[in-house]
Amino acid sequence: MRKYSAFAIAREAFRHHSGWQRAWRSPEPKKSYQVVIVGAGGHGLATAYYLAKNHGIRDIAVIEKGWLGGGNTGRNTTIIRSNYLQDESAAIYEKARGLYEGLSAELNYNIMFSPRGVMMLAQTEHELRGYHRINQANAIQGVATEMLTPEQVKSKVPIMEINGPRYPVLGALWQARGGTARHDAVAWGYARAASDLGVDIIQQTEVTGITQSGGQVTGVQTTRGDISCKKLGIVVAGHSGVLAEMAGFRLPIESVSLQALVSEPIKPCIDVVVMANTVHGYLSQSDKGELVIGGGADGYNNYTQRGSFHHVEETVRALIETFPIISRLKQLRQWGGIVDMTGDRSPIIGKTPLGGCFINCGWGTGGFKSIPGSGWALAATMASGEPDELAAPFGLERFAEGRFIDESVAAGVAH
Amino acid sequence: MLLLTCPYCGVSAEETEFHGGGEAHLKRHADGSSDDAFTAYLFERKNPKGIVFERWRHVYGCGKWFHAARCAVTLEVFGTYSAQTLKPPKSIITSIKAKRPDWEEIS
Ligand SMILES: Cc1cc2nc3c(=O)[nH]c(=O)nc-3n(C[C@H](O)[C@H](O)[C@H](O)COP(=O)(O)OP(=O)(O)OC[C@H]3O[C@@H](n4cnc5c(N)ncnc54)[C@H](O)[C@@H]3O)c2cc1C
Ligand SMILES: [Zn+2]
Repeated sequence: MRKYSAFAIAREAFRHHSGWQRAWRSPEPKKSYQVVIVGAGGHGLATAYYLAKNHGIRDIAVIEKGWLGGGNTGRNTTIIRSNYLQDESAAIYEKARGLYEGLSAELNYNIMFSPRGVMMLAQTEHELRGYHRINQANAIQGVATEMLTPEQVKSKVPIMEINGPRYPVLGALWQARGGTARHDAVAWGYARAASDLGVDIIQQTEVTGITQSGGQVTGVQTTRGDISCKKLGIVVAGHSGVLAEMAGFRLPIESVSLQALVSEPIKPCIDVVVMANTVHGYLSQSDKGELVIGGGADGYNNYTQRGSFHHVEETVRALIETFPIISRLKQLRQWGGIVDMTGDRSPIIGKTPLGGCFINCGWGTGGFKSIPGSGWALAATMASGEPDELAAPFGLERFAEGRFIDESVAAGVAH
Repeated sequence: MLLLTCPYCGVSAEETEFHGGGEAHLKRHADGSSDDAFTAYLFERKNPKGIVFERWRHVYGCGKWFHAARCAVTLEVFGTYSAQTLKPPKSIITSIKAKRPDWEEIS
């Protein structure tokens, strides 16, 4: 892999850009691999990368039914933060946030990490108390967050109307080191670096069955033939239930569509990320100038990648009260992603009832921020066969044991 | 936007008049059941990429709970029916099979 650098740009400028290589290989699938990962979203690709990088396992295929990064990873609103409530969550989200800080250099790929600060608005008394609690939990966890007064909120985001009347701003939880990153670039960066380490990324190939013998996984059936493997990682977000059915177990997961939209591009007007969970809306401005707006999740299971119209209407109606200047903006695009929701709004990482088969799912509306940490943890778990320290609390067995990691407040509706 | 018909009061309305209540026909396991059965009842869901049988409540209408058969991919509604049944009635199964001959119910 030829390194990307300022020098490379200069060099290519002098030879009509004829020397750029393909970012990743497109190999024919082999008949067998040591490890097969299903799903080339951020989590699957990061898992493959860390398996190769941290654990020296390079005989890996990542199998993707569409194009890499085309699932939720390429559909999300890219908010990165680690101010969750429970210690287990803080550990893995903060690990991920830390890795994001150095990820462009690590992958030699500009993922455009922008720690511009994430502001979670409290618009009801209940929410304000919830955020005070998280702020204090964060202090103990070593995650730097602070509470802002309405006046401080206004000075950071002058376009905000803080007086309501329906949704007044009573305060906010602020994580200065949170922010955003370029979602496609995260998938592309991991894909390029993993491919360079020998990982085969097989796109346009759907896994249609999982084969097993004596309680142990033996491989997968795909639209391009059977592939055998010693270890299997299921990392398919909204399709986790479908893959679990193939493997012969059920998950505490329900899939729903979560939607987002972007406005037409305008001049820079907001330089932080604002989340308003009471009204199910959040907003940031992309480098192109579009306002990126996240909405609510549908109220019933579905696999549509579209979302109900009334949810987007509710989100926009409420956001207009808080950000009056957006009322005349046109919507440029709207879309949905199929998110995998657990009851406690925390992910599932670890072993499954099928031997040799591991799963990473349940990130629901909020797993972009965790991609590096989650890939790191699942890779360690798959390499040793036993849950790694970061992953252990998130095992599937926690439901049977009643050991929930309740993040329904910190996760808000949206992430 | 889903359009549902409440089998109790007969009103057809948009989804905003109703509230989804998740998977229908769960067998309630309680005292005396095994831990596995109880866990499955509480947490494990079929979540199929296909036909779902689910509970709905006519919240802004008669207030009653009922059941619906729907495709989670196309959002086509195959019918709604009484909540006082342990499994989908024959008429619903027939209307699903008419359009999806290959469909098999997941047990
Ligand atoms: C609108 C929206 C906004 C969001 N906003 C945020 C946010 O601001 N911050 C945040 O942290 N998170 C956010 N999220 C959540 C985040 O996007 C996800 O948690 C994360 O991207 C999940 O990554 P993944 O790699 O697990 O899944 P995905 O990126 O969905 O990848 C799974 C892949 O598996 C493939 N697959 C499925 N079935 C098969 C099969 N049978 N065979 C082969 N391949 C298969 C799919 O095609 C897909 O590419 C948002 C999500 C949505 C939808
Ligand atoms: Zn009714």
